[in-house]
Amino acid sequence: MARMAEYRLLTKDFGADALQTVQGYEKVGGYQGLRDAFKKFTPDSLVAEVKTSNIRGRGGAGFPTGMKWSFLPKDVFPRYLCCNADESEPGCFKDRYLIDESPHQLIEGLLIASYALQVNISFIYIRGEYHDQRLLLERAVEEARGAGYIGRNILGSGFDCDVIVHGGAGAYICGEETALIESLEGLRGQPRLKPPFPAIKGLYGQPTVVNNVETLCNMPHIVQRGGEWFKSLGTEKSSGTRVFCCSGHINRPGNYEMQLGTPIRELLEEECGGIWKDGSLKAFQPGGGSMQVLLPQHLDLPLDMNAVQEAGSSLGAGAMVFMDETTCLVDVSMRLVDFYRHESCGKCVPCREGTYFESELMHRLEAGLATRAELASLADICSNMDGRCFCPLGDTATWFVMSAYKYFRDEFEAHCGAGRCPVRAQATALVA
Amino acid sequence: MTLQAETRTAIERARDRYPLARSAILPALWAVQHEVGQITPEAMREVAVILQVAPSEVEAVSTFYSMYFQHPHGRHEVIVCINVSCALRGAEEIVDHLERTLGCASGETTADGAFTWSSTVECLGGCGGAPTMQVDHHFEENLTPDRVDLILGALRSEPAPHEGRALDAGGVAGGSGDAPKARRRGVPATTGPATTEPAPAGSEAKSTDAKKRRGKAAQ
Repeated sequence: MARMAEYRLLTKDFGADALQTVQGYEKVGGYQGLRDAFKKFTPDSLVAEVKTSNIRGRGGAGFPTGMKWSFLPKDVFPRYLCCNADESEPGCFKDRYLIDESPHQLIEGLLIASYALQVNISFIYIRGEYHDQRLLLERAVEEARGAGYIGRNILGSGFDCDVIVHGGAGAYICGEETALIESLEGLRGQPRLKPPFPAIKGLYGQPTVVNNVETLCNMPHIVQRGGEWFKSLGTEKSSGTRVFCCSGHINRPGNYEMQLGTPIRELLEEECGGIWKDGSLKAFQPGGGSMQVLLPQHLDLPLDMNAVQEAGSSLGAGAMVFMDETTCLVDVSMRLVDFYRHESCGKCVPCREGTYFESELMHRLEAGLATRAELASLADICSNMDGRCFCPLGDTATWFVMSAYKYFRDEFEAHCGAGRCPVRAQATALVA
Repeated sequence: MTLQAETRTAIERARDRYPLARSAILPALWAVQHEVGQITPEAMREVAVILQVAPSEVEAVSTFYSMYFQHPHGRHEVIVCINVSCALRGAEEIVDHLERTLGCASGETTADGAFTWSSTVECLGGCGGAPTMQVDHHFEENLTPDRVDLILGALRSEPAPHEGRALDAGGVAGGSGDAPKARRRGVPATTGPATTEPAPAGSEAKSTDAKKRRGKAAQ
């Protein structure tokens, strides 16, 4: 079967022999990007090249990477770079895949970025649940050190860089960059007030950049093929490719790397094999648990950050969760709200209390116990959270549920006083 | 002093790697849990002395992160994801099955001390192989009740993964190092994401079709 929709840049060599070792990685051209960076670029011209590429961060917010890098104040040292491998967004498993398949691609990207930013100690903050991935990275770092890619005077360039792999211990909030920095400093992972932004005062009070795993994995390719070439991939506002984590009611769940701008329908039908059991799509989430739900009519949208944003959602961290017609959107909302309640760090009241009220309400609603008046309070709870929380966690805890309430109001209302979940009841009746 | 010399050395080594000693609190707590099986007040005081911070700072950190245990757990840790992607593909059936076969509720330990199991809303990042669980930190994907029985059955009489083992590389391990090979016995191997264990020639991991390697277990 022809599967033309995928465009493999980062994942091109995945599956090659021993790709997890320095030797295997070098065999497919690995670490050539780092050599090229030293040979062809000064740190400043490398930042400029990344700006030219127009690459936007792959962690969720989509901020232009080159611009983020250029915010570092001149002549303030030491500076730090943190790779955010705290991937915990519901539905997201691309960073795990990128690390599992090619840990050295990430390390090379991290070193290239460290050179551009003149950073001598870089960190990879990896979530506690990715235990095997952390061990793999630790081994890869030691191997790269042995091969002369990490340490003093790397490849005779005069540039020194150490890499420290730091394991988290189960906290979604540490994916927020200032919470990640707090956690790296040995504190509870609670976000900091901004400004000052990390670029000015970050880790240990020094200028700091935090970049996502996938963002850094692009660096060897940008260096070798040039910012202009990279910009020619994808769309004007969303250049390059992205790895989309596809899950839910589809025939072939998994990670697929797509050129940005490709219609979502191609991803679903050609790569994911369509909805399972010959069913039909009821709704999908284009960007992970934090983002608003979209409908079948949105399938023709391009995989473009701006286009999806205009439709009222976001590509977020690249997680696509597809739901068939048997899905209860109240149940899905309840699970997501439970997640935010569990992960709220407790620092600010609207998030800590709001997620509690949201969750209590959604449980009563899913069980068919809530009254219409209770349901009506949902919008009130959410409007007291969205835009009023200390960090985006509390804001995003309202986005999915409010969008589901908007599109599936009848389904929400049918739960009121029903004594059970009507969607589930219907599914059971059909089977019987 | 209650911590073993080996654990103390691991914590000191972690401390010396960071620009600021306090940064080593998380790795230090991992080392403690690895040895003791939970985070105890005595161990926290020792960590505080080595890292030159107040004991309360260590305690504040240890209670914030959900993977540090404040009380004893069973020999093996089983965590089942019930977030959306897993729920859409049958996580509830797995949860019901575990509750029934292990005879205890989520968050509890089996009577024989073999397993502590819990369901979690924290997405584990195994959505491509949903429903997913982690057993002693290793992913087990595309679960069915039968597969769960095979996996846990092979593990029930095994010792805890870290017992009698040295701390792994860097000395700041998240607990278990590589799982004992015995746990694979009689269990259909999960393919999917590259295993970090060296695969014997011609094994499934090596022969996996590159196109199927998408961060999910092959069907």
